[in-house]
Amino acid sequence: MGPVPFRPNMTDAPEQVEAPSPAPAVAVAPAPHLAAPVATRGMMIDVIIALAPVMLAAVLVFGWYAPMQVGICVGTCVVVELALTACRGRRVTVTDGSAVVTGCILAFSLPPTGTWYVGVIGSAVAIAIGKWVFGGLGQNLFNPAMVGRAFVMLAFAAAVGAGGYVARPEAAWVQVVTQATPMAAAKAGQAVTPLWKLLLGNTNGSLGETSAVACLLGGAWLLLRRTISWHVPAGVLGTAAAIAALMQALGRPALGVPRQLCGGALLFGALFIATDLVTSPLTAKGKLIFGVCVGALVMLIRTMSNYPEGVMFAVLVMNAFVPLINRWTIPVPLGGAVKKK
Amino acid sequence: MTAAATLARRASFPHGVHPPEGKHFAADKPIEPLPPPAEVVIPFAQHLGAPARPVVKPRQEVKCGDLLGEPAGFISAAVHCSINGKTQAFCAVTLPNARHVPAVPVKADGEQLSGQALWDDVYGGDWPSNVGGVEPRAVADAAAAAGLVGMGGAAFPTHVKLVHNDNKPIDTILINGCECEPFLTSDYRLMLQAPRAIVTGALLAARAQHAGRIVAVIEDNKPRAVEAMRDAAAGTGIEVAVARTKYPQGGERQAILAVTGRRVPTAGLPLDVGVVVVNVGTAAALARAVLRGKPLTHRVVCVTGGGVAEPKNVLAPIGTSYQALIDFCGGLTADAARVISGGPMMGFAVGDLATPVTKGTSGLTVLTARDVRAAEETHCIRCGRCVDVCPAALVPTKIAAAAKAGDWELARRYYITACIECGCCGYICPARIPLVQLIRMGKSLLPRD
Repeated sequence: MGPVPFRPNMTDAPEQVEAPSPAPAVAVAPAPHLAAPVATRGMMIDVIIALAPVMLAAVLVFGWYAPMQVGICVGTCVVVELALTACRGRRVTVTDGSAVVTGCILAFSLPPTGTWYVGVIGSAVAIAIGKWVFGGLGQNLFNPAMVGRAFVMLAFAAAVGAGGYVARPEAAWVQVVTQATPMAAAKAGQAVTPLWKLLLGNTNGSLGETSAVACLLGGAWLLLRRTISWHVPAGVLGTAAAIAALMQALGRPALGVPRQLCGGALLFGALFIATDLVTSPLTAKGKLIFGVCVGALVMLIRTMSNYPEGVMFAVLVMNAFVPLINRWTIPVPLGGAVKKK
Repeated sequence: MTAAATLARRASFPHGVHPPEGKHFAADKPIEPLPPPAEVVIPFAQHLGAPARPVVKPRQEVKCGDLLGEPAGFISAAVHCSINGKTQAFCAVTLPNARHVPAVPVKADGEQLSGQALWDDVYGGDWPSNVGGVEPRAVADAAAAAGLVGMGGAAFPTHVKLVHNDNKPIDTILINGCECEPFLTSDYRLMLQAPRAIVTGALLAARAQHAGRIVAVIEDNKPRAVEAMRDAAAGTGIEVAVARTKYPQGGERQAILAVTGRRVPTAGLPLDVGVVVVNVGTAAALARAVLRGKPLTHRVVCVTGGGVAEPKNVLAPIGTSYQALIDFCGGLTADAARVISGGPMMGFAVGDLATPVTKGTSGLTVLTARDVRAAEETHCIRCGRCVDVCPAALVPTKIAAAAKAGDWELARRYYITACIECGCCGYICPARIPLVQLIRMGKSLLPRD
C-alpha cells in the first residue's frame, strides 16, 4: 500500500475528520493507548456465567419456581434501572449488566415459592435504595441485592423469614419445600440434614444456596477469570470453619464443620455476595479482613441469634466498615512511605 | 550456569501487566540509516532540566557534530547539529510532552554522511573491551561534552549519573535492555547489531563510578539479544540477567528490584541504593562519546505498529521530522488511528507530524483504530484491579479520585508522589478511567509545602 495522507481517526465524531483543514487534525489522548480486553460489562457477564450452575441446580430442585423468581427479580431490576437513569437524565447504564447481576443475586437469596410481589418490591428497593440513592453503579455503600432482601425480610417477615421457606400448600408438588430448611431444622434441634443433600442441593432453602457443588463450580469460574480474588471467600469460609471446629471441640451443640460450610447461604454468600466488587475493600489485605469479619459474624448470628442464618446481615454490617477498612489498609509504596512533613 | 538454569530463575518484580507485545512488526527489521533529510529542527531542550543556551546564529554554516547550544547548568545538556548545513531563523516547537521549546532549523547543504558510512561512524568498527586507559573522570566529562541524555525515554542528562561522589558510592551499573514497552524494538536491534558498543559503554560507566558489578538486564522474550549480549560480554565480567517479560520490567525501580533486590526509596533515586541505570542505547552512545569524541547526533528510532505500511528500525539524525520517518517507512495505512511518540503504554500521542525526533525518542508507534483504547469512561466499580497491577503498590483509583476532587491531603495520604506513571492501572481499568492522566494532573497541581 502506498503512502496515504494522514487522516486521523476521531473515535467520538467520525464526521469531523472530513472537515477541510489546512493542517492534519490528529486524535490525541493520554497514555496508556492500549486497554486490557475486559471491560465492566465483561466482568458482569462473567458473574452471570458463574451463576449458571446455581441456576441449573435451582431448576432441578425447585422446578419452574426458579426461572419464575429469577425472571421477576431481573425484570424488575432492569425496568427500575432504566426508569431511574431516564429520570436523572443519565446515559443508559442497564447495558453494563450490573442490574441483571443484582436481580440474579437477589432472586437466588429468596425462598423459591415466595409471592411474586416480594421479588418485585425487593428488586425495586435493591436498585433504587440500594444503588441509585448513592449515585448508581460503583457509588453504593451496601450490596444492593442484600439491601433489597433485608427490606422484604423485615417488611414481609412471614414470606421471607424462616417460616416463609416452608411452602404454601399449592407448592407441595416440589417435595423439598415441605421440609424446614437445614439451618432452621438445626436451630430447632430437629433431624440433621445428610451432608450429601447439602452438597447436591436437593433440600429446602433459598433458590441459589441449596447446592454446594453448584456454588463451588461458579466460584471456581470467578476465581479463574480473576473477576473476584480469593481473599474474601478464603476469609469467610476459613473463619466460619475455624469457629465451627472450635465449637465442636468445646462440645457446644453444633453442626460440625462440613455442615456449617455447606448448609445455608454460606458458600453462595462467600463466593457471590461478599465478593461484590463495589461493596468490598480494594486491597488484598482489606479483602481478607472483610472476609474474616463476615465469616465471624455469620457464625455469631447462626449460633447466638434467633435467626437460623446470618449471611445477609453479616455482609450488610461489614459493608458499612469497608471505607474504614480501605483507610486502614493503605498499602506502603514499593519504595517505602514518604516522610510526613 | 546454563542459559536454561538462568531462565528458570527469571528475575522480576511484584504486580505489573501483560499487554500485547506487538514486537513482531519490527523485531526482524535490521536498523536502516535514514537517507539524509533536507532539513532537521533541533530543539534546545531535549532533556530534563534547563534548556541549552544557543551558541549559533541564524544563517550560519554548521557541520554535523558542531555545538549548537551549551548546557545552562549542571542538570542540563549540550545540543549538537546532526547534519551539515546552514542554520535558519530560530523557531519554537511543541514536543510530544507538550513543552514549547526554542529550536533551530538546519537546512542540509553539501556532502552528508549516509548509508553504511553513517552506520560505521556511529556504531560500526571495533569497540575495545579494555578501557583501563581511560581516566574515570574523563567519562563524565565526555558524556557532558557529547550532550548525552538517557535514550530510553526520560532523557535525564547522563553525566549527572556518572560523576563519582564518595558520599553516594555506586557498586552496580545496570544496563537496561528490557525494552518492556510493547511494540518498540530499537533497543533490541541495537543489542543484536552493536552489542560490542553497548559492552564498551557499560565498562566505561562502571569505570566512571568505580562500580564493581555490571549487569545487563533483558526480558526473556528476547533470547537472541540475550545470546548476542552474552557473546559480546564474554570475558569482561559483565553479567547478563534474564528478566520475566512483564510490563514495566524496564522501569528503573522495577529493574533494580528484579536484579539486585534493592528498593529505591519513594522520594529517592537509584544512586541512593548504589545503582546507576543506563539504557543500552545510552551505553553505546557513551562509548562513542568517550572513545571517538563524537557527540550524540543520531539515534535508532523504531517506527512500528499496524498503522505504518512498512515498520522499520531507523538510524536517524536528531531533529528529523516524524513525517520524514513515516514517509521512509512507506507512509501510514488507511486505518492508522494514533501516532505515538514512544510506546503505547507511556508514549505521548502527537498532533503534529512536523514534530522533530529528540534524543529521547525511542520510537514512533502508530496504532490502528482496532488497537486503540476505547475512550468511553464509566464509573469506578472498585474492582481493585488497578491495585492488583500497580508496580509501585499504590491504590490508583483513590489517588485519581482525590486528584479529580482536588483533595490534596487525601492524595498525599495515598502517596500520589510515589506513582511512576507506568500506565498499568489505566491499561487494566475495566471502567476505562484515565487514571494515569488524573494522577499526573494531581501531581502537577499538588501544592508544594
